[in-house]
Amino acid sequence: MDSFFNEPAWIALRLSLKVACWATLLALVAGTAFGYLLARKRFIGRELLDAMLTLPMVMPPTVLGYYLLVIIGREGVVGAWLQHHFGINLIFTWQAAVIAAAVVAFPLVLKGARAAFETVDTQLEQAAMVLGVSPFGVFLRVTLPLAWRGVLGGTLLAFARSMGEFGATLMVAGSIPGKTQTLSIAVYEAVQAGQDDTANLLVIITSVVCVTVLVAANKLTPNRNPQR
Amino acid sequence: MTMVINVDIRKTLRSGDRVFELDARFESASTRVVIYGPSGAGKSQLLKAVAGLMTPDQGRIALAGRCLFDAAASIDVTPQHRRVAYLFQDYALFPHLNVRQNIAFGLQRGWRNPLARVDVAAVRYWLAAFELDHVALQLPHQLSGGQRQRVALARALAPQPGALLLDEPFAALDPGLRERMRAELDALQRRLAIPMILITHDPEDVRAFGDHVLRMNQGRLEEHAP
Repeated sequence: MDSFFNEPAWIALRLSLKVACWATLLALVAGTAFGYLLARKRFIGRELLDAMLTLPMVMPPTVLGYYLLVIIGREGVVGAWLQHHFGINLIFTWQAAVIAAAVVAFPLVLKGARAAFETVDTQLEQAAMVLGVSPFGVFLRVTLPLAWRGVLGGTLLAFARSMGEFGATLMVAGSIPGKTQTLSIAVYEAVQAGQDDTANLLVIITSVVCVTVLVAANKLTPNRNPQR
Repeated sequence: MTMVINVDIRKTLRSGDRVFELDARFESASTRVVIYGPSGAGKSQLLKAVAGLMTPDQGRIALAGRCLFDAAASIDVTPQHRRVAYLFQDYALFPHLNVRQNIAFGLQRGWRNPLARVDVAAVRYWLAAFELDHVALQLPHQLSGGQRQRVALARALAPQPGALLLDEPFAALDPGLRERMRAELDALQRRLAIPMILITHDPEDVRAFGDHVLRMNQGRLEEHAP
């Protein structure tokens, strides 16, 4: 059994799950916050902000990877600062893979969360405020419980997207087996090296995980919420 | 004579090309004020301003001698601290919370909702007072119109507010039920002696509650001779 779980395929799966979980968590927090902002606050440039934040979903992953290198690379704005003050280098680490996957998956949470928050009647939030509950309390006690299906649906899509992330990840994290070589990158390497058995196994694993997540996401579509 | 309520506010509301000017001033020593007028006259906006849900451009609002809003002095008490009860037209009950949790909502501050079986004195009192015991664990969509209104009133009154604001409280009810719920609210208000502002377009509400009646038309208020 021990050797079975030390197969490169399982190592890649474990790494992919780890990266996808962290990336999804980051995307969930940021996507929920911005989704709420876009659904509830009126400000100039709101739709422009939405478009900017959705950009990672439609941009070529290589372009996104390039942007990330410009930001978190050794010479990058944030990268140089991290290197100088904390001695942290993100490039070619699994944390860089997390950042790449989070950026790509974030718009999926954002879209789901914004749509879900927009279906919550603002009068319910006003009622809660008049009853003395603080703004963050209103969010946790009224808005989120009524919108969680949409937020969770978007989050599951984000998880599936994170699992499949390839282009940007390869550019910022590389393909170091056991360290930054995720499932999707391992598939590419296996095909390149003519290892068809490995490639088949990896493809089946990836497909099963993604189908499972998508079925779960579909079951959570907001329009089935019986409470509304 | 001490004034229960002083309002003197102005607000310009824009939606698309439409511009609406709210210019409302009145004071009253009565604990039963009815503001009467057609829909779109600005009644709801006026009530929202008193509750702190809408911020006027100018003016001031005082309730029972306490200043809630004063644009000149930069005073704007948050809705959380105005200690008013607000009854929404369609009640705005929390659809994900049962009757007990709805009534207890304002009694529990902080970030968590009351538990489904919350059992505090105020909840027991209001469940008994409004004969809601047998539906205490039901969700709002399982209730009848009259029960919904009672739950909304209980929820609003449980934190012991200093005033009760009612937005078309009977409009969502069947005509047959309206008479009964009017009598119920009438008795309740007299028993609690709580100051009340009711906005309505229904002359029957004026007859039942109008100790002091003001008429609102296109954003302006005028005294209404009974």
